[in-house]
Amino acid sequence: MTTGYNFAYLDEATKRMIRRALLKAIAVPGHQVPFGAREMPLPYGWGTGGIQVTASVIGSDDRLKVIDQGADDTTNAISIRRFFARVAGVETTESTTEATIIQTRHRIPETPLREDQVLVYQVPMPEPLFKLEPRVRESTKLHALAEYGLMQVKLYEDIAKQGEVATSYNHPVIVDGRYLMSPSPIPAFDNPKMDMNPAIQLFGAGREKRIYAVPPYTRVESLDFEDHPFRPIRAPHACALCRSTESYLDELITDDRGGRRFICSDTDYCAQRQRT
Amino acid sequence: MIAPGFADPGMDSQACFRALLTAMSYPGRIVALPSPTGMPSGLPPAMAALVLALCDEQTPLWQDAGDDAAAWIAFHTGAPAASLEAARFVMVTAALPSLGALCAGTDEEPQDGATLLLQVAALSEGAGWVLQGPGIKDAARLRVDGAPDGFVAARAALAPIFPRGIDIVLCAGDRIAALPRTTRIAESG
Repeated sequence: MTTGYNFAYLDEATKRMIRRALLKAIAVPGHQVPFGAREMPLPYGWGTGGIQVTASVIGSDDRLKVIDQGADDTTNAISIRRFFARVAGVETTESTTEATIIQTRHRIPETPLREDQVLVYQVPMPEPLFKLEPRVRESTKLHALAEYGLMQVKLYEDIAKQGEVATSYNHPVIVDGRYLMSPSPIPAFDNPKMDMNPAIQLFGAGREKRIYAVPPYTRVESLDFEDHPFRPIRAPHACALCRSTESYLDELITDDRGGRRFICSDTDYCAQRQRT
Repeated sequence: MIAPGFADPGMDSQACFRALLTAMSYPGRIVALPSPTGMPSGLPPAMAALVLALCDEQTPLWQDAGDDAAAWIAFHTGAPAASLEAARFVMVTAALPSLGALCAGTDEEPQDGATLLLQVAALSEGAGWVLQGPGIKDAARLRVDGAPDGFVAARAALAPIFPRGIDIVLCAGDRIAALPRTTRIAESG
């Protein structure tokens, strides 16, 4: 561990403030709790909110996994893992089952999570109503009143214009029958994994200075209509590497003549399947 | 003389918070906290540990454990003493005040609802109250010895004001179990 930093980079007062916000976020599932986000040694949009949440939760006996769009081997994921190895001296891993804390950008791992694992989401825009009601004072009031008609109308207009709901990612959810929540831009394919998940799901938005949470075993329903039920979308192919027909796939362009391949976005899941 | 606090404030606070995060996330589950090296008489170790881990000058606090406890809390955390209505943290070791008097936050800012640390005689899992709600798969059982009379009813009376509400941490010795405002309690199965 590099000395010269407090454990996990943040000072103790900041961690206490974030911890109090996290506890209230768990107590009011899906509600956005404002917090005093600090400047971090990386730019907004690279996971400053997630890093502050991880820094406040992590202990020296944790094992940290970081994924970016499902991959353990991208610049962002490697940088964040290395950051915590340096400032907290923790072990890191690429294995979903070995990790005690998983920080994620835009995916939920394919391997089912278990109790006591903590999933930390990096969130760019925590407010699900942002594009419909940009005034924070107004959207706060809408949450207080559980008045979510705006979002229903938006989904209705999608169906009226395009015949289907047009959100393939960041599809809004209702948490425990009360709060409308942004699942962060995970693919709609991942939304059902949030429902009744045994793990603790924490969300950090650094630029927007909001923290929210979904406790374990909590109902998370994707917004839909009776005659247009929510459908998770997946490319209708098998992974070119592990042949999985169940995982979420990335599309790779392989040449300039229209060649393409589909491979798992979750690198740990794909590598495990290739080994067995 | 004022008693010492945590042996290693940073790491002990983290362990304490993490245990409370588990307790809040899985209501009814009993977890043990690291105890401070010293604490004033009258404070159960778990309650003392939670105050050290979570409170500072930003958390107005009400407590009924006496002057020694007040001096110890002020020295180690700097948390200002506050009225019951204004306190973010309420520590109860004797008679339970009316839960309706505590700050429950507002519909727009329900996170301002107080955290009540409540001393009880003993906690055990697998019998007693039946808990349901977020964080609980089907149902959990929690037996609480020494809960104040009328506690379950007083707490249930706050359920209709959700998302406003108060979150409760039951402390027995160095062990805790949490009852966030979302948990529903039935007194027997």
